[in-house]
Amino acid sequence: MEEFVLMKGNEAIAEAAIRAGTDGYFGYPITPQSEVIEYLAAAKPHERTGMVLLQAESEVAAINMLYGGAGAGKKVMTSSSSPGISLMQEGISYIAGSELPCLLVNVVRGGPGLGTIQPSQCDYFQSTKGGGHGDYNLIVLAPASVQEMADFVSLGFDLAFKYRNPVMILSDGAIGQMMEKVKFKPQQPRSKKSPDWATTGKTPDRERNIITSLDLDPARQERFNEKLQAKYKEICKKEVRYEKIKCDDAEYLFVAYGTSSRICQKSMQMAREEGIKVGLFRPITLWPFPYNEIREMTGQLKGILSVEMSAGQMVEDVRLAVEGKVKVNHYGRMGGIIPTPDEIVENLKQKIIGG
Amino acid sequence: MTEEIIIAGFGGQGVLSMGKILCYSGVMEEKEVSWMPSYGPEMRGGTANVTVILSDERISSPIINSFDTAIILNQQSMDKFEPAVKPGGLLIYDGNGITRHPERNDINIYRIDAAEEATKMGSTKTFNMIVLGGYLKVKKLFKLESVIKGLKKSLPERYHHMIPVNEKAIHRGLEIIKEVATVS
Repeated sequence: MEEFVLMKGNEAIAEAAIRAGTDGYFGYPITPQSEVIEYLAAAKPHERTGMVLLQAESEVAAINMLYGGAGAGKKVMTSSSSPGISLMQEGISYIAGSELPCLLVNVVRGGPGLGTIQPSQCDYFQSTKGGGHGDYNLIVLAPASVQEMADFVSLGFDLAFKYRNPVMILSDGAIGQMMEKVKFKPQQPRSKKSPDWATTGKTPDRERNIITSLDLDPARQERFNEKLQAKYKEICKKEVRYEKIKCDDAEYLFVAYGTSSRICQKSMQMAREEGIKVGLFRPITLWPFPYNEIREMTGQLKGILSVEMSAGQMVEDVRLAVEGKVKVNHYGRMGGIIPTPDEIVENLKQKIIGG
Repeated sequence: MTEEIIIAGFGGQGVLSMGKILCYSGVMEEKEVSWMPSYGPEMRGGTANVTVILSDERISSPIINSFDTAIILNQQSMDKFEPAVKPGGLLIYDGNGITRHPERNDINIYRIDAAEEATKMGSTKTFNMIVLGGYLKVKKLFKLESVIKGLKKSLPERYHHMIPVNEKAIHRGLEIIKEVATVS
């Protein structure tokens, strides 16, 4: 039986990566997630499982190392923070366009540009609506605790390999830097078998495996895009994840993910002490977004406050979900400021209940 | 039981590690814990603080703006966090370098001159453990043995020879903390 240890979210990701049987981590340090590569370096994964740990010369190099490793059928991952993830977008699009699995971790900081090193959720659009070029989607998981930072590594890899699609863990500086108790799964061995699509060298009994995102024939390229879209549709049908807290009798609803969802839980307790029946809906997959599950609640609701550390990005998906049937408003802080629980209650009163 | 604590002082005083030991003590007694540091381009001599929450239940927000207890170790932190103590809550401070003593009359105030004591004990690094001892005297949250276990968990093996001196510092803290004002 594994025991609880106290760890930062970033460290939990690193330990979970070794335990998940990851073949390779490629990355470049950036605050507020440098503890990932720091922990890995100290943990000597090459001695524990033979896992490769490589500090690349840049984020652009790191993502292309992932592309190569994933093409060979390996379990590969990287982590970075907002500006670094922006640098990786071309590679991410190529990986999605080549239908390859990999795990990306974004510990978001305030932007735009170099912005700040403090926590933010301003990369929601980038993560869920593309980011790179072309019609593609990442599966996006939003952890709200250090335990989920650990758990979503193996979940992320499972989904990535199941659908041959890149998966992103969208976290933020607060969860990356905070410590909580965490319990790890036992060590998984690194896989000795390669998937049948991997480019591991042609054998006489099969055709060449080709990994590319290029097809200059528009008809074939359209067919490929249709195949991608069919895959995304299946993911939307099967992989939506969310958590509902005190929603049964709720007349009002907070919708929030990650750090914001934790703060909203406190706001919910405070508002309920004043007799306001508010619940919390926490999307765990940001893509696929739980549109139907929010829509199903519209009958009981008088209003929804979407709370994000951004100018209002997820709120657009909440509005799409309820199709105008319920009043939806946004409350958020930007630039690395974290909203306080009472600030959120105040905004629920002003923007939703009173407004 | 839920205890929401802010520990605030200078970088290098051991603010963050004191919070970590408190959390590990909680883990030893199967509490839920969270440790949220102020992070930034920080350095020795700059301000540092950490929010620690210990609870029997799942912890909601690790980020809060009012506290059951504030442990205040410099003047800047006094100015910032004295107003953030909940009415009826607890403020513990080290008098060293304090130019404006706490003024509220709706909270319990204790003083522990840990910096001075650490110098007397010949080990300034145990400063934070003296403060921790003082806090545990006022709020009897954990068994002392859980705290010692927490200390062991929190320190890397190579520092385990330091445990006896830290244990001594915790005991010293239990002895020297003084009540300044309490509310019923």
